[in-house]
Amino acid sequence: MLIEFSFGLIFWMTVSFLTVLFILKKFAWKPILGALSERERTIEDALNEAKKAREEIAAMSSRNEELMRDAREEREVLLKEARDIRDKEIAEARSRAKVEADAILSRARIDIQNEKMAAITEMKNQVAELSILVAERILKDKLSENAAQQSLVDKVMTEAELRKS
Amino acid sequence: MKALIRAGFLLFSSLLIGSAVAQHEGHEHATELEIENVFEEHSSDHEAHGTEKFNPGEMIMGHVGDEHGWHLWGHTSIPLPILVYNTERGFSNFSSSNFDHGHKTHGGYMLHEGKVVATDAPDGADAHHASVNEELTKSTWDISITKNVLGMFVSMAILLWVMLSVANGYKKRGVGAPKGLQSFIEPIIVFIRDDVAKANIGPKYERFMPYLLTVFFFILLNNLTGLIPIFPFGANVTGSISVTFALAAITFVITLIHGNRHYWGHILAMPGVPKPVLLILTPVEILGVFLRPAILMIRLFANITAGHIIVLSFFALIFIFGEINAGLGWGVSIFTLVFTIFMSMLELLVAFIQAFVFTFLSAMYFGAAVEGHDDHKESLV
Repeated sequence: MLIEFSFGLIFWMTVSFLTVLFILKKFAWKPILGALSERERTIEDALNEAKKAREEIAAMSSRNEELMRDAREEREVLLKEARDIRDKEIAEARSRAKVEADAILSRARIDIQNEKMAAITEMKNQVAELSILVAERILKDKLSENAAQQSLVDKVMTEAELRKS
Repeated sequence: MKALIRAGFLLFSSLLIGSAVAQHEGHEHATELEIENVFEEHSSDHEAHGTEKFNPGEMIMGHVGDEHGWHLWGHTSIPLPILVYNTERGFSNFSSSNFDHGHKTHGGYMLHEGKVVATDAPDGADAHHASVNEELTKSTWDISITKNVLGMFVSMAILLWVMLSVANGYKKRGVGAPKGLQSFIEPIIVFIRDDVAKANIGPKYERFMPYLLTVFFFILLNNLTGLIPIFPFGANVTGSISVTFALAAITFVITLIHGNRHYWGHILAMPGVPKPVLLILTPVEILGVFLRPAILMIRLFANITAGHIIVLSFFALIFIFGEINAGLGWGVSIFTLVFTIFMSMLELLVAFIQAFVFTFLSAMYFGAAVEGHDDHKESLV
């Protein structure tokens, strides 16, 4: 009674089991297993991506450092260049200024010389005029007498003769 | 770890098979005698005294076995449809209540020892005095919806509902975190995929997944519903050898369909073995092909039935002692309760283990059938 094969039970078992198997295969196992493997793939992808991102960040930071170093070096170079240029400019300006100052000085000296010469000439002329005036007065005074006039003419004559010789 | 589990299962199953066979052998004569007695006693008692003497064997077999009509309590039972096909009489269907628990004949059929047999007696005749028409009975195919069939339908409906709603959860949530029933089922599915299918079958595991999952959840669910003694549960589906036979047969057929040249080569002519040895080895291997599903069938059946018989035996003790003395019956019932709770816990464990073992071994046989030349695994006979 216990170990007894019943045709009806085997029949229904086989039919219903295969039906359930078919239905579950189509509507349950396929979506479930699909979703599970999909999820696993998603997780794996996410992990891989995170790893890649981490690596990228590391690479980027090293690149950044390199860039910073480069920038710093370039700045140094630029600063140095600027300093050089400034120094050169200053030196140039200084020399140019010196040249100009020298030119101005020399021109001023020449001007002064010229002015001096002109002043001297004028003074000479005035002195000459004054002397002539003084001489005229003196002469007028002295030569008011005939004798005096005669002696002076003599004297000048001698002097002129002396100078000629 | 895996080898340990496997060894444990082997030991466990061989013990159970051994005990089941021994039990069966010892039982054969006893049950037949008993059933004759029961029947006569039953009918005569019924008519003469109106009270039945408690018969533990009948009670246990009645609960473990199949029946036409679902017995609820006392004389109340739910009638189930009788579907019979006879090559001469054609197809007939009627309610099992027409048989009046095997006391009456109907439509040329009656119940004899719980089975539908053909008879020439007119409708409503006393079945105990009607003669069985052996000739017609041989050409009668009984596909009635019995208690086990109905119980199976119920658990299949539950299985469909659970799995389809879980699948719906995946459709709704996509790759998001599982929720509710989904999060309970998911680890089991992943376990079967990774530790049963992938581990035993290898890279070709995917085509076997639907069967392995269905068979696991089917056995598990039927094992569990078999533990619930309230209608519509409590039918001993996986403890019925017809059911385990059908399951094992499906595993067998799948193994044969997927068996590759390498598999058949190993069975028919094991490579690297001298010819004289092959004369012994080949028959053994061919026998093994049939033995493997047979072992699957017996193991599941014996495990589940044994558990039920033990629990029922504890309950029978109450009535046996109760018949001697009512107080004694109450006293024994306390111990019975404790033992039954313990046994139910054990059966709960067995329900999972047996579902797992059936699936695991099926996967192993599939793995042996599809394995290639390069991946060698030890095979289990």
